Amino acid sequence: MFSALRCVVARDLLVVMRNKSDAANTLFFFAVVVSLFPLGIGPETALLRAIAPGVVWVAALLASMLALARMFAADFTDGTLEQMVLAPQPLGVLVAGKVFAHWLVSGFPLVLMAPLLGLQFGLEGDAVLMLVVSLLLGTPVLSLLGAVAAALTLGLRASGVLVPLIVLPLCVPVLIFGAGAVDAVASGLAAGPHLSLLAAYLLPSVVFGPWVASIAIRIALE
Amino acid sequence: MNAPSARSTLRASGLQCVRGDRRVFDGVAFELSNGGLLWVSGPNGSGKTSLLRIVCGLLQPAAGGIEWNGRGIRDLGEEYNQHIAYVGHLNAVKEELKVGENLRFGARLAGVEATDEAIRATLQEFAIHGLEDLPCRFLSQGQKRRLALARMRLSGTRTVWVLDEPFAALDVAGVEAVKLVIEEHLGRGGLAVLTTHQEVAIAAPSVQRIELKK
Repeated sequence: MFSALRCVVARDLLVVMRNKSDAANTLFFFAVVVSLFPLGIGPETALLRAIAPGVVWVAALLASMLALARMFAADFTDGTLEQMVLAPQPLGVLVAGKVFAHWLVSGFPLVLMAPLLGLQFGLEGDAVLMLVVSLLLGTPVLSLLGAVAAALTLGLRASGVLVPLIVLPLCVPVLIFGAGAVDAVASGLAAGPHLSLLAAYLLPSVVFGPWVASIAIRIALE
Repeated sequence: MNAPSARSTLRASGLQCVRGDRRVFDGVAFELSNGGLLWVSGPNGSGKTSLLRIVCGLLQPAAGGIEWNGRGIRDLGEEYNQHIAYVGHLNAVKEELKVGENLRFGARLAGVEATDEAIRATLQEFAIHGLEDLPCRFLSQGQKRRLALARMRLSGTRTVWVLDEPFAALDVAGVEAVKLVIEEHLGRGGLAVLTTHQEVAIAAPSVQRIELKK
C-alpha cells in the first residue's frame, strides 16, 4: 500500500519538475499580492503590522486556489485516474498521495516564503515564527478541502470558478484561526487555542478529505 | 510472468445500462472461463465501451451484475482489481514522463515492480524499444497505444484483460504484435473481453460474441 502511495507522490512530483511554471505561478502570485500591500499603504509600520497576518493568510488562500482546479484534471483527461481507480490499492490512499504531492509543490513553498514576506510588514521574530507554524497547519487543510472540490467538479466546464466557490467558505475557520494565532502573538497573547483549533480542523480533513474525494472521483468517472 | 490462477469464471447476468434517459442495452449476459475470449461488437453508440467499463467495475449497471468466481464484484472491491487489466480509449500515458518512467509507474500502480530487464523486453515486444528516454509527448498516437498495451502486458499476473479498441491507431505490425500477446494470454488460461471494429483473427480456446444493437 505504501509503495503505491510513494509511487503516486514520486510520479506527481516528477511531472511537476518537468512542468515547473505551474508550481511557480502559485508562489509568484503569493509573493506579488503580499508585496503590493506595503507599496499601496505606505510605510506606516503600526498599520502594516496590524494587517500583516490577515494579508498573508488571504493571499495564501487565494494563491492555493490557483492550483486546485488542476489537481486531478490532467489525470482525468489522459485516463490515469481510471487506472488509479482500478489499482489494487484503496483509491483513498492514492488520492492522499496526490494531495500530499500537491501540497508539497503548492502549499509548502508558501510556508517557506512567508517569513520573507512577513519582514516586509515589520513583523517581530516570534510573530513571523507563528505565521510559519499557522501556515504549516493551515495549508494542508486548503489542499485537502481543495481535493474534494476538485474531485466534485471533475469534467465540468466551470470548475475554475466552482472550486473557489466551494472551498473558500469552508476555509473561513482556517483563515480566522490562522491569522488569529499570529495576531495573538503579535499582541503578546498565547496562540495555543488558535493552533489547537487549526489542528482540530486539520485532523478530520486528513482522515475524511481523501476518502470523500475518492468517492467523488468514482462518480465523475461513471 | 506467472500463469493466471487456476479455475476462474467471470459471469454477467441481466446487465442493463442507462446513460442519461436512454437505455443503451438490456439483458446482456455471458459467462467466461479460462481461455475464453469475448468479442463485443455493435455500431457506434451501442454501448460497447459502457459494457467494458461495467465489466471492470468503473461503471455501475442499472440492473444485473458481474460475478467473479461466484462473488459479486461490488463486494470484492479492490480485491477484484487484482485480477483486472483495463486499456480504455484513454491511454493513461503522461506526456511529461519518459517512456520508461511511464511504464514503471504504471506497473507499480498496478502493484507490479518491473525490472529494467522486463521493461526492455516488453518495449521490444511492442516494437517501441530504444525510446525509453524519450518524453511521451513526442510519441505518435499509435506509439502511445502500444505503450498503454505494454503497461497492461507488464502487469502480467492479471487474469482478465479488458480491451477497448486495442487495435485503434495501430499499424499492421502493431496489430499482429498485440494479437500474439492476447493469444499467449488466452493460451495461459487468461480471460479477455474486447471490442474492435477491425476483424482480427485471434485464436482462442473458446470464443463468444455479443452483438449490441442500437
